[in-house]
Amino acid sequence: MMVGIAVSTNINGDNAEFLCHADETLLDVLRDRLGLMGAKEGCGTGDCGACSIILDDRLVCSCLVLGAEAEGRRIETVEGMAQGDQLHPLQQKFLEHAALQCGICTPGFLIAAKDLLAKNPDPTEEEIRFGLAGNLCRCTGYDKIVRAVQDAAGVMRGA
Amino acid sequence: MRYIRPSSLEDAIGLLVEASGKAAILAGGSDLLVRMKGGFIEPELIIDIKAIDALRHITESEDGFVIGAAVPCAVLGENAALRRAWPGVVEGANLIGSKQVQGRCTIVGNLCNASPAADSVPALVAAGAKALIRGPAGSRTIAVEMVPVGPGKTSLAPGEIIEAILLDKRQPRSGDAYQRFTPRTEMDIAVVSAAVNLTLDDQGVVQSARVALGAVAPTVLLVEEAAEILTGSRVDDKTLDRLAAACSGACRSIDDKRGTVEFRRKVAGVLAKRVALAAYQRAGQK
Ligand SMILES: Cc1cc2nc3c(=O)[nH]c(=O)nc-3n(C[C@H](O)[C@H](O)[C@H](O)COP(=O)(O)OP(=O)(O)OC[C@H]3O[C@@H](n4cnc5c(N)ncnc54)[C@H](O)[C@@H]3O)c2cc1C
Ligand code: FES
Ligand code: FES
Repeated sequence: MMVGIAVSTNINGDNAEFLCHADETLLDVLRDRLGLMGAKEGCGTGDCGACSIILDDRLVCSCLVLGAEAEGRRIETVEGMAQGDQLHPLQQKFLEHAALQCGICTPGFLIAAKDLLAKNPDPTEEEIRFGLAGNLCRCTGYDKIVRAVQDAAGVMRGA
Repeated sequence: MRYIRPSSLEDAIGLLVEASGKAAILAGGSDLLVRMKGGFIEPELIIDIKAIDALRHITESEDGFVIGAAVPCAVLGENAALRRAWPGVVEGANLIGSKQVQGRCTIVGNLCNASPAADSVPALVAAGAKALIRGPAGSRTIAVEMVPVGPGKTSLAPGEIIEAILLDKRQPRSGDAYQRFTPRTEMDIAVVSAAVNLTLDDQGVVQSARVALGAVAPTVLLVEEAAEILTGSRVDDKTLDRLAAACSGACRSIDDKRGTVEFRRKVAGVLAKRVALAAYQRAGQK
């Protein structure tokens, strides 16, 4: 019997504790142990961005982070974006622009876009495309995602 | 499998020695975790070095820069002094993967993964960077090009950890640059890459140069003949043609799905020219 590693962390502003195995990824912990199903597993190898989360203000792929590494850190997931019934401007604009079809990639794009706009509130189209290059979408063809991010950036700047 | 996060380098080395070959060092994990998931390696112990404070900083001193082994590449790009002094090194480091990968990956991990196509390595080799290594027998410092010895293999002895990458203090009128050829603009592996680092005299003539090529041999190549061609020139067209020929000639590449030997030779020359010009322009501005 393997003894679990006890981890204390903070997720979307709330303290959280969990036990995990040494080889368990943070993505598996979020989904299978904490019931946070927002982050998705697309590839499991860092290529698709569906598992994107923010770890201490850095955008990362949670499929390439161990659960044990979360000790003492701050995690932000898509579940923390809406405030009650009030959607985050990015979520609202993704809906308005129909920037999703199957939706598998969407939580990753939302978190990656949130991180992008926190660092660059007024990005050009090119900056958005480069900034989101680590997120793959097989459905939308990206244009609607880019437009939704541009529109949300305007709302967030109060423009 | 066990996971340990030591808070000192001594502890990390002690754990590594104790595990006698069955432990793996975890920096950003962007190679290690992918290889573990793929079943290519099954370490018994993971030693996470990111809680070792001494490895988590970039420091600038009289002698130059010390880049700790746990500093993610995104932080290199955010360091204005490093960007000013060594733009080519930062360029290479920031080409690795996506924003997501940048927040985790390190230049030391890139070096120790020992891929011939590693993006940060050619610029480090061209820069004359050194690796500060610590192990059970003490410290040693070696040129970065001495670390990888073949695809996936390094010269590190059992129990050794790279503590930091050292970059010299920048001389006036110096510049460096790195470029790679990939079918996609982002998230792809270099088919060929080139880095040039040079210093000019006060007349704008190249006083010293280093040229490195990636993905054209089992390890990154330092092309001394190319450096000799640049030295004493003003990086004019004729010099650039000779540089391209020397770089094409130095390739010891293979045919694979990413490119043929012939294609790689040609592109190595083209990239070397572009990169030499970029480095020359940067040097002229300082
Ligand atoms: C989606 C994706 C895209 C990528 N794109 C690129 C790319 O464009 N270009 C590119 O070059 N690479 C790319 N990579 C590969 C990888 O991101 C880089 O090689 C990265 O720099 C590895 O750094 P790391 O800190 O994550 O290494 P880790 O995975 O933590 O470690 C890599 C190896 O080095 C060893 N190691 C780490 N630190 C030390 C130390 N201090 N002392 C001794 N040994 C050590 C580890 O034990 C391991 O064997 C990509 C990877 C992914 C997942
Ligand atoms: S599941 Fe993590 S990047 Fe694809
Ligand atoms: S909406 Fe289906 S993958 Fe993006």
